[in-house]
Amino acid sequence: MVLVVLDHDGSKLRKASLEALTRARQLAEALGEKVAGVLLAEGPAPVEEARGYVEVLYVAELGPYTAEKWAAALLEAAKGGAKAIVAPSSRQSRTYLGRVAYALKAGLLEDTLESAAEGGMVHATRYAYLNRVTQRQRAPLPVVLTVKANTTPLAEPLGTQGEVVPLAVPPVPTVEILERVQEERKGVSLAEANVVVTGGRGMGSPEAFKGVEELAALLGGAVGATRAVVDAGWRPYAEQVGQTGKTVQPSLYIALGVSGAVQHLAGMNKSKFIVAVNKDPEAPIFKHADYGIVGDVHQVLPALIQAVKRLKD
Amino acid sequence: MKFVAVIRQVPDGESRLKVQGGRVDLSGATLILDQMDEYAVEEALRLKEKHGGEAVVVGFGPERTEEAIRTALAMGMDRGVHVVYEGYADPVTAAEALAPVLREEAPSLILTGGQQADWDSQALGGALAEALGVPVVAWTTVLELEGATAKAKHDLDEGAEWVRVPLPAVFTTQQGLNEPRYPTLPGIMKAKKKEIKKVAFAGNPRVEILEEGIQEKARLGKVLDGKDPVQAAEELVRLLHEEAKVI
Ligand SMILES: Cc1cc2nc3c(=O)[nH]c(=O)nc-3n(C[C@H](O)[C@H](O)[C@H](O)COP(=O)(O)OP(=O)(O)OC[C@H]3O[C@@H](n4cnc5c(N)ncnc54)[C@H](O)[C@@H]3O)c2cc1C
Repeated sequence: MVLVVLDHDGSKLRKASLEALTRARQLAEALGEKVAGVLLAEGPAPVEEARGYVEVLYVAELGPYTAEKWAAALLEAAKGGAKAIVAPSSRQSRTYLGRVAYALKAGLLEDTLESAAEGGMVHATRYAYLNRVTQRQRAPLPVVLTVKANTTPLAEPLGTQGEVVPLAVPPVPTVEILERVQEERKGVSLAEANVVVTGGRGMGSPEAFKGVEELAALLGGAVGATRAVVDAGWRPYAEQVGQTGKTVQPSLYIALGVSGAVQHLAGMNKSKFIVAVNKDPEAPIFKHADYGIVGDVHQVLPALIQAVKRLKD
Repeated sequence: MKFVAVIRQVPDGESRLKVQGGRVDLSGATLILDQMDEYAVEEALRLKEKHGGEAVVVGFGPERTEEAIRTALAMGMDRGVHVVYEGYADPVTAAEALAPVLREEAPSLILTGGQQADWDSQALGGALAEALGVPVVAWTTVLELEGATAKAKHDLDEGAEWVRVPLPAVFTTQQGLNEPRYPTLPGIMKAKKKEIKKVAFAGNPRVEILEEGIQEKARLGKVLDGKDPVQAAEELVRLLHEEAKVI
């Protein structure tokens, strides 16, 4: 059996789950195994949609996410003898799967770009050294593997309805959740955006991000932020790009008033084209940029917005 | 109370990496205490200063890791334990190596960085927590002790949350939790005399690295002068449209 964790937003599966499904099917085929889905939910879950993709669907309603509960549920599902567990890569999955991999004494292949099973081994490629190096790894079965977003074609439904199996999860000692701090999501999500416009400390003020939002909207993209901007409280953490934020890989990444620290580069250096606007010609970001303008962002950004508008007319 | 920071030594993100025979070669790189782990060391020191007890640094890695342990000792940690291990270790193997030491130390709190700057793994915190049978709080930004429990704020994929957790527990740390202090000269002098206990580990990693290659995409580097912002913006948009074909 190959288990695949299906992430969802309560009403539908996330795109990342369909990528994980594709990988799970590839591994299952090479190993001569079946794919079973695992739907872990706080409350409502897209059971009907999910069972269209798998022959067996384990469902557990667990209340608010904690690493302990998610790990316990997966271990319960794996009891039938999972050869591999595949999940979308996220900061949460990379934590609870650390628990799962340890409990199963399994090889953990995190944030993989590609994977294949061959002769009892699973091979995978991934980035390392703050995204500067590509690594080829392999591990014997069983393995736990996470799939980096936007690396894999999306799976199609099977056209049948999988059997739904409720999981009885034993209670586990875990954290008590006191308060959730939700962040409002506006427009295109960062992880899926084809264009990302990021503002750094060089924007000078939270008000100046109106221009960043306008340019992002014009290009059909999402707004990003540096850690400096998030720490200053100018933008929500959900927009942070970098080692401690999100990793993005859009076709076009525009960095406005961003210095280009390694921890920021780690989150965006795989973008297809990188554009930088900075008043300091020596800013490290220019070494990583395809196109750049040395200038004051307060003058360049309005001019860019006008130029894009003219192009669109 | 006892506070443990689990650390590793990694190449400085600014230093150049080279590849020899299909593997990253660190011989010319500047090696440092992983910056994510630095937050763990700083938090252990602050907790000790506030609540009393002992702050212990546990390092994992080859002989050279002793330098990073000394850095933590110079910052103020009381003593060190070095689990000596050569080569790459996946998080499960690393947790297996560290678990006996952590069980023996029996700390109230274990802190370690949220992501490793060399292997980019984010799973050591979870694996350690499983090895010890305790909860994990990942990507912590606020941490307060309240008797036998801790209250913490930590980041999720979307948003953040406040949690209360029974101790012992594992916390992974990141930028925002604190500002790590620099080692002082007296701190460095004192660190030389502090104990570092060596522990050997001879496990086999489950995950093997077959090949590594530098992935620095060559960039076009076309930089325009923005003295005339309108003209520069027009030219940039033209290049993005006609040359890069991304808008
Ligand atoms: C362990 C660790 C993890 C981290 N994780 C992250 C992360 O996930 N994401 C992240 O972003 N950072 C992260 N950082 C922080 C990182 O090191 C930098 O501090 C941060 O990226 C700097 O943000 P910045 O470029 O906005 O600000 P600064 O470095 O202050 O740069 C501002 C830039 O704006 C330019 N500027 C100023 N005024 C103007 C103007 N009027 N017009 C044009 N340009 C102007 C300046 O020349 C400068 O280059 C991390 C650090 C550590 C140690």
